[in-house]
Amino acid sequence: MSRPVDGGRGGNTARPDQRVDPDVDLRLPADRGELAAHPGGVLGTVAAGGALGALARAGVAYAVPHQPAAFGWATFAVNVSGCFLIGVLMAALPRIGRGRPLLRPFLGVGVLGGYTTYSTYAVDVQRAFAAGAPVTALAYLGATVVGALLAVWLGDTATGRLLHAADQAGGRR
Amino acid sequence: MTVLLIALGAAVGAPLRYLTDRAVQARFGAAFPWGTLVVNVAGSLLLGFLAALPVGPALGALLGTGLCGALTTYSTFGYQTLRLTRTGHRRRALANVLLSVTATLAAATAGATLAQSLTR
Repeated sequence: MSRPVDGGRGGNTARPDQRVDPDVDLRLPADRGELAAHPGGVLGTVAAGGALGALARAGVAYAVPHQPAAFGWATFAVNVSGCFLIGVLMAALPRIGRGRPLLRPFLGVGVLGGYTTYSTYAVDVQRAFAAGAPVTALAYLGATVVGALLAVWLGDTATGRLLHAADQAGGRR
Repeated sequence: MTVLLIALGAAVGAPLRYLTDRAVQARFGAAFPWGTLVVNVAGSLLLGFLAALPVGPALGALLGTGLCGALTTYSTFGYQTLRLTRTGHRRRALANVLLSVTATLAAATAGATLAQSLTR
């Protein structure tokens, strides 16, 4: 029986298509068992991916310097592009992740988790308010939320449709 | 050197996020993404604190850009919000957005206030 035990309210078991958390969803048996199955592999790939993602973020921040009272374009670009990419990754994972148990920990938890950041976003907003720029603070706050959510939706939807179209084309051949 | 410090901080921050998410879900379930909220709030508190202190560039790279940056995540938050909406939990999705924005901003402000009160 693959139906969740409590009708999807967060019980012990769910199907992969009911995943909510891309980092780890303990209702999925594969996620639940991955740390015990490959503890060093999971934590090592998450650490390595996190380091690569953080360096990419630092590179963008270095290229686009930021003043406390100004719109944080570098962090905005990082968070929106990272959200697009997690949408692409998670939509493609059922195809590309089969037989590769460390792909989601490396790319999703590590690279994209390390690339995007909530702390810099929150501190940028707080500092813009403190610097007497409430309009910039609110614009940055709202634009990031809206931009990130649109990007994750676009990444997921576009990838899902492309893969579906590829399946249809393959089936006709 | 800065590159190494950022990589080192992130190599601790990213696994810490993964392990915290597992521990929070094991205790409170996975219906609402509390684990990601916890790391995002904790990282915002620490970065708010660090950003208001006269820390040098080395410590800023290790703990700020590296550790806090990789401990917290926008991609996980964004995907969770999409998935909550897609699985028919629109109110939880909205609550995730409102709680994340207000709690991380409050945490960053609390961190900065604490640092200022210590250095005054």
